[in-house]
Amino acid sequence: MSAVSTVVVLGLLVGVVVTSEGWPNVRETFFDWDDFVDSFPAVLDGFWLDVKLFVIVEAAVLVLGLVIALARISRAPALFPLRLLSAVFVDVLRGIPTILVVYLIGFGIPALMLSGMPTDPVVLGGIALTLAYSAYVGEVYRAGIESVHPSQRAAALAVGLTEAQTTRFVVLPQAIRRVAPPLLNDFISLQKDVALVSILGPLEAFRVAQIEASSNFIYTPLVAAALLYLCVTVPLARLLDHWERRRRR
Amino acid sequence: MTAVLELRGVTKAYGDRPVLRGIDLAVAEHAAVAVIGASGSGKSTLLRCIDLLEEIDDGDVLLDGAVVTDPSVDPVAVRRRLGMVFQAFNLFPHLTALQNVMLAPRRAHGAARDAAETHARELLARFGLAGREDEHPDRLSGGQQQRVAIARALATRPRALLLDEVTSALDPELVGEVLAVVRELKADGMTMLIATHEMSFAREVADEVCFLHEGLILERGAPERIFTAPERPETQRFLRRLLEAGRL
Repeated sequence: MSAVSTVVVLGLLVGVVVTSEGWPNVRETFFDWDDFVDSFPAVLDGFWLDVKLFVIVEAAVLVLGLVIALARISRAPALFPLRLLSAVFVDVLRGIPTILVVYLIGFGIPALMLSGMPTDPVVLGGIALTLAYSAYVGEVYRAGIESVHPSQRAAALAVGLTEAQTTRFVVLPQAIRRVAPPLLNDFISLQKDVALVSILGPLEAFRVAQIEASSNFIYTPLVAAALLYLCVTVPLARLLDHWERRRRR
Repeated sequence: MTAVLELRGVTKAYGDRPVLRGIDLAVAEHAAVAVIGASGSGKSTLLRCIDLLEEIDDGDVLLDGAVVTDPSVDPVAVRRRLGMVFQAFNLFPHLTALQNVMLAPRRAHGAARDAAETHARELLARFGLAGREDEHPDRLSGGQQQRVAIARALATRPRALLLDEVTSALDPELVGEVLAVVRELKADGMTMLIATHEMSFAREVADEVCFLHEGLILERGAPERIFTAPERPETQRFLRRLLEAGRL
């Protein structure tokens, strides 16, 4: 029954699209097979940069996010400046659209003309994404840490662990297990937002597709780029579903 | 002879609400002292204060004659010399039974992996948990979890054991197996301070019973005397209520 209704609904949708007045035009500009084949190697080449950037930024975000979360939950009075700084960091970075963060870092840092500062737009874009996503991921970690019952901390201290050991061996392992699905969700977002570094100029997939498209008003390269993003984000989403199911069992 | 554990005029309040109002208490080596009293009388707080999980407001806690509630004393070093067992077990759910028992010897005391594992397996086997070493806590019954928790508290070879209502969260049919373990520890000469609701058990195991009422120890003495001839009207009322509830 579900199969039948799926076929009917999808058939109707396709029917509406392909019988529309503009369809022949759309097919020619967005879904031209020859254009697809022509542009695909260049777009794929650009996408490789996205993948590399994504992997490096993700690793950096996992570390920086954890540092921010630990700073926010610290208790020692002497660490107040650190708590304040991390709270402000999270508020500011979460409050600004990611595209603006990329602009501000990408064009602002080189404009300072400080020696030793990176000028490569890929590096700057990576830094911007790392900062923006660390703010989100830091909050995810913090929620996980705060969800671990205080009695766990009491038990860990009671067996003689230090505060740091309690966090490392008892609180964090439980916290990270709990927030793995929301963390993965943020990484699906990040994988797409890597395209934002294109505004700084590097030839990643979206940028390449855009250049190809604007040279002859053919948008098929953009569709090729979209497919490549889906190749990464859909498996990630399925992995996430799989995790959630296993957790519920 | 100095007591292993001693409290002198310990007071503790949560905000404006006094919980402990001047507790004097001593537990001699190899002795078991039971603290009885209604829920909310301060039994748990008393044990948490001794293990330095709560800061006291005034008075002193002494371990082997040395004050441990002084700000200059490292609380971690003190906790490493005490063992605590909680009402709700508080096992680490992400670790197996064996890993729960090995964590403190390995990390807090720097024991070698093999030595820690051998000792942990011995403790678990001694409490009837041979074969369950690799189970996570959620696969164990309440009684088994509490026995793992007792093994975990003993793994660091503490000077004294603090037992906080260790059978209160258990189904009635599982209480016996945990009490048997405590009885065995007593026979081995473990120094213990036991907060409990199990009056017959307190009567059997304890060398001294203290009745805690609204943050004060109102009456103390040999178990036989406290349970058969209590002097204070509050103690009489508390025991009568337990008797009526069929808990004595």
